[in-house]
Formats: sequence, structure tokens, C-alpha cells
Amino acid sequence: MSADIKLEQAKMTNSNDNPTASTRASEDGNRALHYEENLLWEKERSDTPGVDLPTPTGIALRTGSEPRGDIGLPQVSEPQALRHFVRMSTWNYSIDHGFFPLGSCTMKHNPRINEKVARIPGFAHLHPMQPESTTQGALALMYDLQHWLAELTNLPGVCLAPAAGAHGELAGMMTIRRAHELNGNKHKTVILIPDSAHGTNPATAITCGFTVRNIPTGGTGRVTVDAFKQALYAVSEDGAEVAGMMVTNPNTCGLFETDILEISELLHDAGGYFYCDGANFNALVGKIRPGDFGVDVMHINLHKTFSTPHGGGGPGSGPICVTEELAQYMPVPTVIKDGEKYKLEWEEDRPDTLGRLKGFQGQFGMHVRALSYMLSHGADGLKRVSEDAVLNANYILRSLESDFNAPYADQGPCMHEALLTDKHQKANGVQTLDIAKALIERGYHPMTVYFPMVLPGTMLIEPTETESKDSMDRFISVMKEIAEDSANLDNAEEHFHSFPHSSPRRRLDEVKAARNPQLRWK
Amino acid sequence: MRYLPQTQKSRDEMLEAVGAKSIDDLYVDVPAQAFIDGKADLPDHKGEMEVERIMHSYANQNHAASAGPFFLGAGAYFHHIPASVDYIIQRSEFLTAYTPYQPEIAQGTLQMIFEFQTFVAQITGMEIANASLYDGATSATEAALMAMRITKRRKIAIGNAIHPDYEAVLRAYMSNFDDIEVVDGDPADDTACVIIQSPDFYGQPHKYEALRKQCDDTGALLIVVVTEILSLGLLPAPVEADIVCGEAQSIGVALSYGGPHLGFFACKEKFVRQMPGRLCGITEDADGKRGFVLTLNTREQHIRRDKATSNICTNQGLCALAFTVHMSLLGEDGFKQLARINHEAACKTADALNAIDGVTLVSETFFNEFTITLSKPANDIVEALAAKGIIAGYAPKSSKGGQGDENKLIVCATEITQDSDIEALAEGLKEAL
Repeated sequence: MSADIKLEQAKMTNSNDNPTASTRASEDGNRALHYEENLLWEKERSDTPGVDLPTPTGIALRTGSEPRGDIGLPQVSEPQALRHFVRMSTWNYSIDHGFFPLGSCTMKHNPRINEKVARIPGFAHLHPMQPESTTQGALALMYDLQHWLAELTNLPGVCLAPAAGAHGELAGMMTIRRAHELNGNKHKTVILIPDSAHGTNPATAITCGFTVRNIPTGGTGRVTVDAFKQALYAVSEDGAEVAGMMVTNPNTCGLFETDILEISELLHDAGGYFYCDGANFNALVGKIRPGDFGVDVMHINLHKTFSTPHGGGGPGSGPICVTEELAQYMPVPTVIKDGEKYKLEWEEDRPDTLGRLKGFQGQFGMHVRALSYMLSHGADGLKRVSEDAVLNANYILRSLESDFNAPYADQGPCMHEALLTDKHQKANGVQTLDIAKALIERGYHPMTVYFPMVLPGTMLIEPTETESKDSMDRFISVMKEIAEDSANLDNAEEHFHSFPHSSPRRRLDEVKAARNPQLRWK
Repeated sequence: MRYLPQTQKSRDEMLEAVGAKSIDDLYVDVPAQAFIDGKADLPDHKGEMEVERIMHSYANQNHAASAGPFFLGAGAYFHHIPASVDYIIQRSEFLTAYTPYQPEIAQGTLQMIFEFQTFVAQITGMEIANASLYDGATSATEAALMAMRITKRRKIAIGNAIHPDYEAVLRAYMSNFDDIEVVDGDPADDTACVIIQSPDFYGQPHKYEALRKQCDDTGALLIVVVTEILSLGLLPAPVEADIVCGEAQSIGVALSYGGPHLGFFACKEKFVRQMPGRLCGITEDADGKRGFVLTLNTREQHIRRDKATSNICTNQGLCALAFTVHMSLLGEDGFKQLARINHEAACKTADALNAIDGVTLVSETFFNEFTITLSKPANDIVEALAAKGIIAGYAPKSSKGGQGDENKLIVCATEITQDSDIEALAEGLKEAL
């Protein structure tokens, strides 16, 4: 075969006129680095498992029953197992891939030193019920983490036990409930919550036995003193039934609550406590202390502000910080220092506590990672975290305010996240969901969509401090291109509805999944 | 400040672009009194080497389970974790991903959750399982809350010796409502559920036929709590239960001084719309290819707000991944074999200790954990042996019904336990008693 003929054949194979060649994939759907991977149960059962264990001696069982029969578990060798999960991992987007501007989630860089130190055997192989004489290092670490959190919030009581943000909310709200109960204020049962709040806030208040009263935020994106007073005095003239409020500050519209001092004073005068949702603490850390703007209780998401990895949905960790007055009521345990010794403080040491909300001492592995991050940044670095996070969000807001509706842009600077909506694009049939899927097609994880719910089609963008200007400039130009396409393309609606094309899966039918739920392999 | 990519030049350019003279112009809405004067009263930043040194200095003051003979269980178990597990969970694509809200670019996490749910359902003998909860204690509490939603009753019965942490968490959650009652004993006509742990806190496995009948007679739900999920590789599945929940830390998750661990939650399919936590289900994409999504979201707080089934938002994603990888390596044969080795190690340990003067084996049946009675207060013995580098077990603080547990010791052995460890414990006990 001559060289010319080979070249001709190669051209034909690559030609777009030949669809079978241009879309050629293996029988199981694999192409280049794109792999399909079936479920473990769909694989051929291996004779031997992926572990080599000692052979049991076969002594008589002392369990009181016959050994378990066939469970139906799959069985694969070690290389098959590894390949299975590595292939699946390639279908995930992660922070290490690129920009992850998920508002209210603080998807910042996760330093690997945190992972390394959490695996030191003195931490990883430590049992929660060992005698305290053998765990002094762990207790010292928790004590020091409590100190860092107390300093950064100016709220001196710290309980590290809660397992996640929503669990921290529960711990904080139960602390408030306990305080009212022991102070003869059981009639205080109402919690005020702005309509811009995270869904966990009202869900938590209900879980604690409170009822929820809404504060409308109206057109400014903020809780105004007037709206707050109307909610506070809606039923009684002194707000006697109000137990407290749950406010996220900065709020979910990306704004600092300008009137927070006056609002917290009114609340305190009515005998209520101010619970601050700490989801947005990254805007403040190292620079502004919530204890200095009226907060009584706050949870901190170590997996947001303090860089412990999100892990595809957990584990998180949600310590709470409270005022000196409320410290006696918060959950146990906390670590105290008794002379030279560290010890866990339990119910018998702190009788007014609401009790325990988590098995053992909390998510200690996350405590190690968070302290490692704090030590790395230090007081000087953490202040920079807040400043860069806020600067980055403002840069995105100002760069995109002429391309997208930016409902609160005229109110001044935002904090660490920028809020846009799809108002302009919707006129041409392109909605927030389409914009999100178009971002996926262009290699980005979308921002938070349809939250907060105070306006239709919201897009909440949180760049975090670990994004460079260059990275944001590229994102901004992609967003501008999306805005342009949605305005100029004749078939914009159809064009955008088709996204994404190149991801491991295209748009998934969520209605079908919910109609006839299949939640396990059968 | 190695985590901050902005240069001074880019900061200046961006400040100019947003029309601010200084960074503090962006904080105009914050009241002056809330600013830290200068910077926080904490040390300044440190390099990686120094941080590592400090963290080691904390760790060096701890006695790791791997540092000597170790016989402590009581709800958290020291097992070997294959190297592949820790490798997979440190892959960026799993470690630094978010909750799979954008399923097109989160199929790795979603398929893993679907496999996790299948593993948990099969192991527990239940029809369905969720994507995991914080830990065993909170999963038991969520089970009780779910039973109250289903039965519309407000009384919870605790049927046997459940883990004291689990009971404490349950009681704390329920204290939010004056009309909820938590009692010990059998189910009655007004009971929402009876909670029974197997093996119980002292190591005793339980059978459920009689309790199932009592539940059928009274309309209460049967909740079975399992703190050592590996036990289900040898014990029969609690198929009589309505809900099986507890702790799955034993498979793939490190002790880490108590967390993060891995709460699991499985139940009958008819209760699916009352379940707490995330659920992953099968669907198709626009091209008709099989894919996975989070489903039945209308139970959850971000949609239902104050009417949600639970305020829970996250699961224990990465711990669920560790479990799923470890289970895939174990397979049917490995899972059962590992369970049997654990049981044999416990039998051997129990016999060795029972032969000592001043030690009596209390448990007749057990899995990998059993209870002995000592001739002296167990807590003193535990402290004395700890001083010699032997972690002997757990000395319960108190027992139900007023009967003192002072001299009881709960001892656990696993595949890690060596003959030399058993000898060391036996020798230590002989000297201390």
C-alpha cells in the first residue's frame, strides 16, 4: 500500500461525512479517556475476594445462632476494585479540577497537609473511649481549637461536638431553648427567620419544638428595622413569646445586614437570643467578630471556612460558639484544662447542659484538619482570607452586572458572594438551569442556583479567596459569552436546553427517578 | 500564605475595577465596633514543616490503638483498613467534590452512593437504605423520630442495653417536646417503636421473633440498632425489623477519636417517604443512558423547609465511599470470613481471661465483644493496665436498674488481635487483680 493511499484512507476515517467513524467507541461505550463502568453486582463474580485473610480455625460458634446464609454481595479482586472506583472518580467534578463557585458552600482549596496529619496514628488510631490519661494530645488539640474559634468569633463558649452545619444549628437552637426553659421562659416558643434563610434554619427550629415566624426581606435583600419590628411585635406588644432569631450574616443575598446592631438590641430587649448561621463566616474570618455585632450563638462550618474537604457530601463538622451566659447550657462534651491536665466536661460537671447530640466527642478527624489549616494561615493569613474572598466576589459582581440582572448591585459592595438572576436571559427562553448546564459544557461547576428563594431564578456565586484573578477572568468571559448567546441566538432556548453535551451524562430525568424510586441494585 | 493565589498587582487592579480605594471600602456596611483592631490575638502563619511538627507533638501525647495490646470496642472498633481504601478516598475527584447537586458531573459520587445503599440494604436484610447519616447515635434517634411520624405516637421504648451515648442523644433530642416519653421495656399500645441493640452494649446478640410479635400486636415499629456492622457477616440479618440502623465505622473508617464515623439507616420500602437523609436513585439521561440522581428531595429541608422530615443536610459521603471500597474488596466471602475471624479472636480471648482467678466470663453468646466480671472495680484495672500500655476494654460507668456495673469489663477482639496481645492482657490482669 502506497503512502498516498494510506493518507487518503486516514482522511476518510476522520471525515465528518462518516458518522460511524467519527463517533466510534468501543462496544461498552468507551472513548479515549471516557469510560463506562457497570455496577459491582453486574460484574462476573471472582473466585477470590480483594483481600487475603487468615483462615478461620473452624471452632464451634458461640453466637447462639447458625452462621449467616448467602447475602448476595458481589466479589472482585483488588485490581478490579481499584479500576472500578478510579473510573467512577473520573465522572466527578472537584475543586482540584477547577473553579467551583457554589454560593454559600465555600468551595475553597483543601490543603493536603491537613489530610496527612489527620492520618498520624496518634490521631487516626485513637479510640474515643480510651482513658483520658492516654489521649491528652487529642484533648489538648481540641482545647486549642476551641480557643481559636472563641478568639475568631469573640464568643467564649465552644462545643466542638456537632457533626455538620445543620447539626450545629440544632445544637445552637437547643442551647437557646434550654436557657429559656431553665430561666422560667417556657412561653418563649417563636423563632424569627428571614425568608432568605437556608432551608435548614426553619427545619431546625421545628426539630427543636419552636414555631417559625417569617421576616420578609422585601426589595432590599436585607432585614430592615421596620420589617423586624413588625415580626417581633406581630402578636404581642413586647415580643414576649419570641425566643430568638436565626439570621445568616452576611446574608444569602451576599449582603451584610446593615442594621444588625439595632435589630439585635431590639431582640435582646424582648428577651430573645440571636442565632447566627455561620455558613458565611468566610466573609468575616480574622477581620470581624460576630460576638461584636450582637450574636449570642453561632455554628461554624469547619468544612467551609476552615477547608476540611466536602468529600462529595460529608463528613462535615459544625462546632458552636456561644456567649459566656449561654455556655452552661450548650451540649457536652467540651474540653477543659484542670491544672496541667486536659479533661472532657460531661453532664455531671455541667448540670445545666442540654445533654449530648452526638456519639463520642464529635468529628475529631475534622478538628485536626481545621486546626492544621488555622495554624497554616495564622491570624495574618485568616484576615487575608476574608479580604480576598470579599474582593473576589465584588470583582465578579462588577464584571457581570451589565450582562446579568444583579438585583442588589446598586446597594453598594457585596460581601463574599455575588447574586445574579436570569431576568434578562429569560426573555429569550434561557433560564438559570440552562445557564448552569451551559457552564458545565464549558468545563465549570455551576454556581448555586434557585437559592436564595426571595427572587426568581437566582444564581449565587462564591469564588472564595483561593481563586486567582486570571481564573476569575476566564469564568467572567464564559459568563459573558453565555449572556451574549442567550441574547443573540435565534434558537437560544433550544440551544441552551440541549446542554450539557460532553459530560459523562447529559441532563438526567429527575421526575422519572422520583416517580418509581429504584434505590438499590436488584 | 501559600493558599492565596492573588498577587498584590491583581488585588490593586481588582480594587480599581470595583471602584474601591482600599479593601476596607468593601466593608462599609459593617459596624465599626465589630472589626478586630489590627489582627486576631492568635499566632501568625506557619510553613507546612512547622505545622506538621506541631501536629506530631499533639499526636505524640496519645497512645494509639496500634501502639500495643488493644481490647476496646463499645461502639467503635479497631479494624485493619486495606491500603486501597485510603488511596481511593484521597483522590481529588472524591475528596474535593461537593454534594452531587449537578448530577451530570457527579456520577462518580452518585453511583458510589447507589452501591453503598445496596450494600447496606443487603447486609441488614432490609429493602432500602439511605446515603448515610452522621453516626450510629444520631441514626438511632432519627429512626425513633421516623417511627413517631409513621405511627403518630409519642412514646419510645428502649428494649435492652443500648449504647449509653445512643440513649443520651435520643433523650436529648426528645427533650425538645414535652409530650414525648422515653421508657425502658416492652412495646405497649401507645408505643411508636421499641429500640433494641444487637449485639447489645455488653456484647450479647439478640433474637427478634418474640419482639416482632409484640410489635405486631401493639402496632409499634421494631428498630434494631447495630453498632458493629461486621457482626452481620456471621449473625442472621434482622429481617424482622422495620428499621435497622447504627454504625458502619468498622468497614473502612478509622477510629479518629470518635469521628467522623458512618451512620447507616435501612428500612422497609413502604416507609421511604418518611426517611431522613439523602437518597440516590436510578434514572436516564437525555440520550437514554442509565444515570443516578439524588431523589425524593421533597422530603428534605431545602425544599420543604419547616415541613421537612429532618433538618439533616449532609451525609458522611467520604466515609460511605471508604465503606463501599472496603466492602467491594471484601466481597461475600471476605466479609463473612472477616466476621468469623473476629468471632474466633473473641472466643480465644474470652477463654484465656476466664481461666484467670478473679475473672468470670458473663457473656454466654457474643460476636467479637463480651463482658467479664472482675474481683476489683474495673475502672481501676483499666487505668492500671493503660499505664503499662495495655488498653484492656471498657468499664461501664453505670448500669440500668440500679445494679452496679463497677466490676464489669467489656472486652473486644478483632482480626488485629494477636496471640501475644491476649497473653499480655492475661498477664496484666493477673498482676492487677
